[in-house]
Amino acid sequence: MANKTVEKLPEATILFAGDSGDGMQLTGTQFTLATAYAMNDLATLPDFPAEIRAPIGTTYGVSGFQLHFGSVDIRTPGDKVDLLVSMNPAALKVNVDRVKTGGTILVNSNAFEKRNFDLANMDSNPLEDGSLDKYRVIQVELTRLTRETLKESSLNQKEIDRSKNMFALGLALWLYSRPVEPARNWISKKFAKKPDIKDANLELLKKGYHFGETTEQFVTRYEVEPAKLAPGRYRAVVGVQALAMGLVAAADKSGLEIVYGSYPITPASDILHTLSRYKHHGIATVQAEDEIAAVGVAIGASFGGALGITGTSGPGIALKGEAMGLAMITEMPLVIVNVQRGGPSTGLPTKTEQSDLMQALYGRNGDAPMPVIAASTPGDCFEVAYEACRIAVKYMTPVLLLSDGYLANGSEPWLIPDSDSLNAFDVTFADKPNHKVDGEDVFWPYLRDEKTLARPWAKPGTAGLEHRVGGLEKEDGSGNVSYDSMNHEKMTQLRFEKVKRIQQEIPATEIFGDPDGDLLIVGWGSTRGAIEAGVTRSIAAGLKVASIHLRFISPLPGDLTEVFSQFKQFLVPELNNGQLVRVLRDEYLLPFEAFNKVQGRPFGPSEIAEKVAELVG
Amino acid sequence: MSDNESKSNLPPGRKPTRPPGAGPKMPPSRPPGARPPGPKGPPGARPPGPKGPPGARPPGPGGDGALSRADFSSDQDVRWCPGCGDYAILATVQRLMPELGVPREKLVFISGIGCSSRFPYYMNTYGMHSIHGRAPTIVTGLKTARPDLDVWMITGDGDSLSIGGNHIIHLMRRNVNMQVIMFNNQIYGLTKGQYSPTSEKGKITKSTPFGSLDHPFNPIALVLGADASFVARSMDRDPKHMKKMLKASHAYQGTGFVEVYQNCNIFNDGAFFQYTEKATKSDRAIFIEHGKPLVYAGGTKGLRLEGFHLETVDLESGEFGIDDCLVYDETSRELAGILSRVYWKEDLPQPFGIFYREERPAYDVQVREQINAVIERSGKGSLKQLLEEGDTWEVS
Repeated sequence: MANKTVEKLPEATILFAGDSGDGMQLTGTQFTLATAYAMNDLATLPDFPAEIRAPIGTTYGVSGFQLHFGSVDIRTPGDKVDLLVSMNPAALKVNVDRVKTGGTILVNSNAFEKRNFDLANMDSNPLEDGSLDKYRVIQVELTRLTRETLKESSLNQKEIDRSKNMFALGLALWLYSRPVEPARNWISKKFAKKPDIKDANLELLKKGYHFGETTEQFVTRYEVEPAKLAPGRYRAVVGVQALAMGLVAAADKSGLEIVYGSYPITPASDILHTLSRYKHHGIATVQAEDEIAAVGVAIGASFGGALGITGTSGPGIALKGEAMGLAMITEMPLVIVNVQRGGPSTGLPTKTEQSDLMQALYGRNGDAPMPVIAASTPGDCFEVAYEACRIAVKYMTPVLLLSDGYLANGSEPWLIPDSDSLNAFDVTFADKPNHKVDGEDVFWPYLRDEKTLARPWAKPGTAGLEHRVGGLEKEDGSGNVSYDSMNHEKMTQLRFEKVKRIQQEIPATEIFGDPDGDLLIVGWGSTRGAIEAGVTRSIAAGLKVASIHLRFISPLPGDLTEVFSQFKQFLVPELNNGQLVRVLRDEYLLPFEAFNKVQGRPFGPSEIAEKVAELVG
Repeated sequence: MSDNESKSNLPPGRKPTRPPGAGPKMPPSRPPGARPPGPKGPPGARPPGPKGPPGARPPGPGGDGALSRADFSSDQDVRWCPGCGDYAILATVQRLMPELGVPREKLVFISGIGCSSRFPYYMNTYGMHSIHGRAPTIVTGLKTARPDLDVWMITGDGDSLSIGGNHIIHLMRRNVNMQVIMFNNQIYGLTKGQYSPTSEKGKITKSTPFGSLDHPFNPIALVLGADASFVARSMDRDPKHMKKMLKASHAYQGTGFVEVYQNCNIFNDGAFFQYTEKATKSDRAIFIEHGKPLVYAGGTKGLRLEGFHLETVDLESGEFGIDDCLVYDETSRELAGILSRVYWKEDLPQPFGIFYREERPAYDVQVREQINAVIERSGKGSLKQLLEEGDTWEVS
């Protein structure tokens, strides 16, 4: 037991996989927390089925949690897996291709039996048929060891078997030299009122850890040194949490109340869950009767002088289209969050995709320009949410914020921002008439600010500023209903010009990598980590390549023409069938090459690096 | 047997429906929204004259600063067809406003789409002409943010019972503290004459040349089914009664729903004449009041409860007296249910008045109470604390 060797690793990727009832998300989350305490940089990818409890033992019920951590800069949840923890044959079948050659597969050998092979449609036992020869397989009798550990426990058989993930967690923590305390503390707190369950879980966690030390199956234990992160206070955040906190920050800095209208939909529901707990932070939430009602609630709130926000996923955006047009023509501040998932229609509800960009840009009747802003990492969701709110109010416009399933559920260590250093968020409500007609003071709701073209925001309750807005075309200035043809053309152009003026808010585009390179990769959204990690690898391999990452897709940054003039070749990787690439070709008439992946999973750095090598290698 | 299909698909005494534009009595076709011709103002419209901004209006009666009807008219030309029942509703609302004692700036009119939904443009208050069927969602958000505002929702039978059907029922169950005026003309006006969800079965329209097959909604029964807490019905031709109903709906703390029968003289002229016109009104309409016996026809007839059904009794024959008539109780859900089903019956008069009133906490009031309770319990939230909560670690 004493003579285990310790191997130091710069980074590692592990994947916990089992039935959706096996507690794999919990196991992964707790391993992540321990890893954060060990001060590694990290990125995670939960991967779960759309069904809540698919039939036990089947491949469609497999739930996974992948974690990439290291002492180096970690930008993605990892390409290939070093360690797969597989609770049953189905989980092995689904995930074995993700394990790197020579990688380790730890299986619950008690689950490898005829019945489970049948459920997973497997003809033979993979532990015996040689199909796993290129991996190092470690068989652990997780079920038996768990039962033995808890033989004195008052829990019933089902409860005992369900706890085996804690044994696995303890073992994994030992294997990678992680601290046990965070998981211990969490269990003690979570089950404080259920001492039987608490004691059972703590015991299993301990036994799992000790098992690693005592068993001869493990000769090597791994250590991953702390990463060199920028100094400061950190916490692990998932994208949904960061986004919700960004909205709270917007409420706090602006003094506006936020009204969040939403209808439950995967993977956006967690925003509603999170915000509904923040009532004391100036946030009111309304779970509306449908997607249209949710955006209507937000628009009504904004008309009342609060900031209306609605969140959903692609199918919900489709339903909100008409109301978004109303917010656009009434020039009302509104933030619409789209946590994208695989489409079209119901598509792949729990898988990630970037295929709603065109819908965001053009998905309304009429010429209906709208700012579109996209988050690039889980932590970035905070800043992007704050910026979306700030711009919506400053320019009196609906803003579409794009996140996706990977950002929403993925986590990373997050340098906690200093709330005093956020961009100023000033709000001015109209309080007096702004125009004269025949010598009389009047309020014109469509008289614009010269710099931003924003119209004034007058709150109901302000005497003398009574006015009407609506979906019919407005007369420039007065805001009265107008069917005049020249006025319509003018208003259409004004609405486009207003969105374009937001370019004033966009900082200079930063070039990552080799600015003298021939190839420029242009990305947006959650592909940032994979693209930049891929660029880093390509440069290390001697290739001249750079990348830029767009936060604003409408309007596009004003300096892109200049940036593009420095490069000859352009690659646009997207998790869709080619959307930003068409926008760029249309806008800049340059040879942008599409690089698409539509598999419900993010890019890995190696995919980017391989593509770069193919183009300029 | 129940409701209006019991005897015949067509209500008694109603004119056979003519396809719009087919009959000789039809006025020349004009696109809705076009300005009425000529200097003659339609009934209820403001007298023509120079239109100035709000400040230019003459002060209210007595010059004591109190508001008058004119203070609630916007500077926009009213563009409904001449003779439309909408004018009477607009005039009634504008007359009612000064009586409410609510500052003009606190009043908000929110509408959906349709002829009736142009209403907010004509009120010199805050207002929004939103999108088809969605006004209930806008008012819910507005009241959630601003419970202090006095919000009125203007809608029609198509707007709220067809495209907005899902929202109107949820507005009712939530009981948001505001008023709904539903203009029911049993036809689609702005799209020029298709049948609506309240049109009688068999209706001949442009989209149903061989007669509609849809069973119509009964709006009062529908909202009662959605647990509406204040439900009333009135008519465009009786502004006094309408004003009384609107005033009562305003006094009520919760969603005050008022259905108003409104004549569309272009596409569905006379739909409600048996209830609204002098010759037949007394015999075909009954005005119900809380605590009073159900009598009509100038006190010569009454309604008696027989089992679960109402039946007409003759109060002049000597066989029945006023004590035989049902004394109405607007707080009874059961009676409201029975009365709501007296709908286009040949043998019974159509009820007008307050069907139901239930004291129940309003949604927007409860939203604020909940927020205040959370703040009282956990204190006002601090952004800094929120950002730093949970498991954090220091990197030096």
